[in-house]
Amino acid sequence: MPADAAKAAGLLFLVVVIQLSVMANVDILGGHPNLLLVTLVCVSLLRGAVFGAVAGFSAGLLADTGVFGTLGFTALLLTVAGYWTGRYGETTGRDRAHAPLLSIAVITVLYQISALVLRYMLGEPAPAHHIFAALGPTVLLNLILTVPVYSLTRRLLRPREWVTREVRLLG
Amino acid sequence: MVGGLVLLSLLLITISFRSGSGGAVNRIEGAGATVLRPFEVAAERVARPFRDVYGYFAGLVHVKRENSRLKQQVNELRQQALQGQSAQEQNRVLKGQLKWVDSPQFPKDYLPVNTRIISWASEFEQQVVIAAGSDRGIKQDTPIVTRDGLVGRVTDMTGSAAQVTLLTDENSAVQARDQTTGARGLVRHGQGQGSLLLDFVPKEANVQVGDVIVTAGTRSKQYPSLFPGGIQIGVVTSVGQSDTALYKQIQIDSYVDFSALDAVTALITNKRTPKAP
Repeated sequence: MPADAAKAAGLLFLVVVIQLSVMANVDILGGHPNLLLVTLVCVSLLRGAVFGAVAGFSAGLLADTGVFGTLGFTALLLTVAGYWTGRYGETTGRDRAHAPLLSIAVITVLYQISALVLRYMLGEPAPAHHIFAALGPTVLLNLILTVPVYSLTRRLLRPREWVTREVRLLG
Repeated sequence: MVGGLVLLSLLLITISFRSGSGGAVNRIEGAGATVLRPFEVAAERVARPFRDVYGYFAGLVHVKRENSRLKQQVNELRQQALQGQSAQEQNRVLKGQLKWVDSPQFPKDYLPVNTRIISWASEFEQQVVIAAGSDRGIKQDTPIVTRDGLVGRVTDMTGSAAQVTLLTDENSAVQARDQTTGARGLVRHGQGQGSLLLDFVPKEANVQVGDVIVTAGTRSKQYPSLFPGGIQIGVVTSVGQSDTALYKQIQIDSYVDFSALDAVTALITNKRTPKAP
């Protein structure tokens, strides 16, 4: 477990750096891919609700400090996203091939809408038209990212059931 | 645990929202940014070539779209410029027409009705339709002129439009005179399309190339002319005569460009006019 936490922490740190320095400026067909959200969802699916919530909070806090935004903003959203995805992974989404793609599509939409509402509540600029216009392309880009990211995350954080156990026969 | 993280996030948001710049939260953010900065710079340097390549191709798409939009804009502006030029030219013609109507050259006892050509009968017929009819006082045989000279006469009409048979039509004929020498004749269509002849001018009459031909007007009250006198028709371009012919052969170049008619003036009068044959 500590090894998993360290791997996840390293992965998410790297992803936060890439998200802030590279992906933040990417605009494809009006959509903005969110590598951090995609990675967090993949980690949460593989490691469960609590792990996902803690990972989301930590990564979100790091992202908030990196952009001098409202501290706790991304942390709150990613905590809820990590927890919800983790719960889904632990229950109905277990062993289902479409779980990562379904989770990403739903979480991306909820994340964008929640961010919009939160920004509105904080009195920050909340251009709903732009966000809803970019929602489709953003979901599509996140879905495209999901396949390689989930594959990488699964290599890094293999589900426990898949770890080969040695069995010693008695007698 | 999760509830605690959510509460902590809300607490952080509240503190961050309430504390301005220079607070404890800002210091935490500063520290985080300081830690992330070297990694961000490194990642940005690694990603820059890829981003430049992407930016180049994205720029091409944008330029293509921009090019299409600008082409459309150029077309619209070109159309507007053409409309503006057309309106300017029309304005110039109408101003000239009004100036002529107010000048002493405008025939007495006539009222002007300024109007426009709205259609041409056909390529081969020397007739046009004007946008004024009997509602504006136009009658059968009402003379139609421009400031350049005589155009023709009304041959048919409705309440709001009238058909004008041009001077160049084979059925048109106008009593005319040489403004310089007073020699009289009949202006009618020539051999070529749009050409005019001054016919029935006696051989002894003096007509020179360059003389201006105008309408003769009414000479006898018993037989009044359809057209008021003194309206310019054209200029003499050639004068010839043969031993066998009874009259001089005089060609006229009309002052009016019949192929580019636009604004015209109908001359309205209450005087009795003879019935055209």
